[in-house]
Amino acid sequence: MSRKKSLWKRVRRSQVWRSVFRHDYTDTRRNRILQIRSNIFLHIHPARIPSHAGRIRFTWCMGGITFFLFIVEVITGILLMFYYRPVIEYAYQDMKYLRFDVPFGIILRNIHRWAAHLMIATVMLHMLRVFLTGSYKPPREFNWVVGVNLLVVTFLLSFTGYLLPWDQLAYWAITVGANMIRATPFIGHEGPFALVDRYHDIRFMLLGGTEIGANALLRFYVLHVIVLPLAAAVLVGVHFWRIRKDGGISRPL
Amino acid sequence: MPTPRSRFLGRGESGDDAAGGTAAPMDVSADKQRINRRMFLKITGWGSFFITMGVFLAGTLRFLFPRVLFEQPPTFKIGVPGDFFSGGPDLQDGHIRVYEQWKKEHAVWIVREGRRLYAMYAKCTHLGCTPNWFPEERIFKCPCHGSRFYSNGVNFAGPAPRPLDRFGIFLAGDGRITVDKSRIYRFRDFDKQGAYLEV
Repeated sequence: MSRKKSLWKRVRRSQVWRSVFRHDYTDTRRNRILQIRSNIFLHIHPARIPSHAGRIRFTWCMGGITFFLFIVEVITGILLMFYYRPVIEYAYQDMKYLRFDVPFGIILRNIHRWAAHLMIATVMLHMLRVFLTGSYKPPREFNWVVGVNLLVVTFLLSFTGYLLPWDQLAYWAITVGANMIRATPFIGHEGPFALVDRYHDIRFMLLGGTEIGANALLRFYVLHVIVLPLAAAVLVGVHFWRIRKDGGISRPL
Repeated sequence: MPTPRSRFLGRGESGDDAAGGTAAPMDVSADKQRINRRMFLKITGWGSFFITMGVFLAGTLRFLFPRVLFEQPPTFKIGVPGDFFSGGPDLQDGHIRVYEQWKKEHAVWIVREGRRLYAMYAKCTHLGCTPNWFPEERIFKCPCHGSRFYSNGVNFAGPAPRPLDRFGIFLAGDGRITVDKSRIYRFRDFDKQGAYLEV
């Protein structure tokens, strides 16, 4: 017992341990602050939580639930990437492979899908709550704008993910969606004040062609797994940071 | 209050005395002298940074527009006029015949109406589904939302907002009829040259 304890002490005193945990655990006010300030996860989390933050009837915890769903999407999405190939010859087969043969594939795919649907709902409910409680008012105007950007990124994540199963539903839904992009002013070839033809407009840039094909599938995949999640992660970081800088979590008046 | 000109002064220079306070017109040569080494390095440094980023951005945008597309070419040939105009009573005005053999590959119906030949785009003008031709009823029906079109493509039921669009059609140099899918004519342009071929 004593030897075990001394080993534990030696580990705690080693340079490796102390390089990670820079202070001891003695429960003093100074250490409590140090523990938070020297740990990135605790540092992102507010140092102090006001008691009104626990009143779930006010905030509905919708932002938190949305963030939780985003984490779920990232984890299940990474796992799905191990089997899915964004090539027209394989995409549909890989989706069916995941559904019918890969162990736990069907539940992973369904978690990913339902969490995506839920995320749209919670993101909009979060927006509704912020609107109803007036939490967009100064000094939180900028964070509202960041939130609107996050809403758009969430919609785009759903839109790009919709094509990836490469079935009839996906193909025609994206066909209709991509046809709407033709009507973009100035940079859409059928929009008002169109400046470009169908080979140089915004729809062509998104699809990598004039129709939904191999390029479109690959582009949507890259947007879905790299570009948009990265954008969402950066915006979420700014969003959370601004909550603290703008006076902490919204409170009942 | 410093005037805008004082932005071009290096740190530590007593520019406020000369430029501040009054908006007195200044000698251009005196202004030129104020671009000192620090300012020069700042302009060239940031300038080359933004130029590099601009070129990188322009290159990235260009990168997203491929030169070669692995799509069907926009034009295809459907035969010589004799294949469609054999003469005889069906050349009267109002007699319509729909040719279906190019629908599967090119999404085009070739329609002959009297002496006119046009290429109708097999895409519903509502939301872009592919309608079907029913030879017994002599109408097109869209399976998605029930739009219906007469044999000349004019909509008469369902949510479709306008008749079926038409592609450019012309007689190529080799004497064969060519359909150009990159040119789309809407209802108001059906009588324009290029929207039909008349023999």
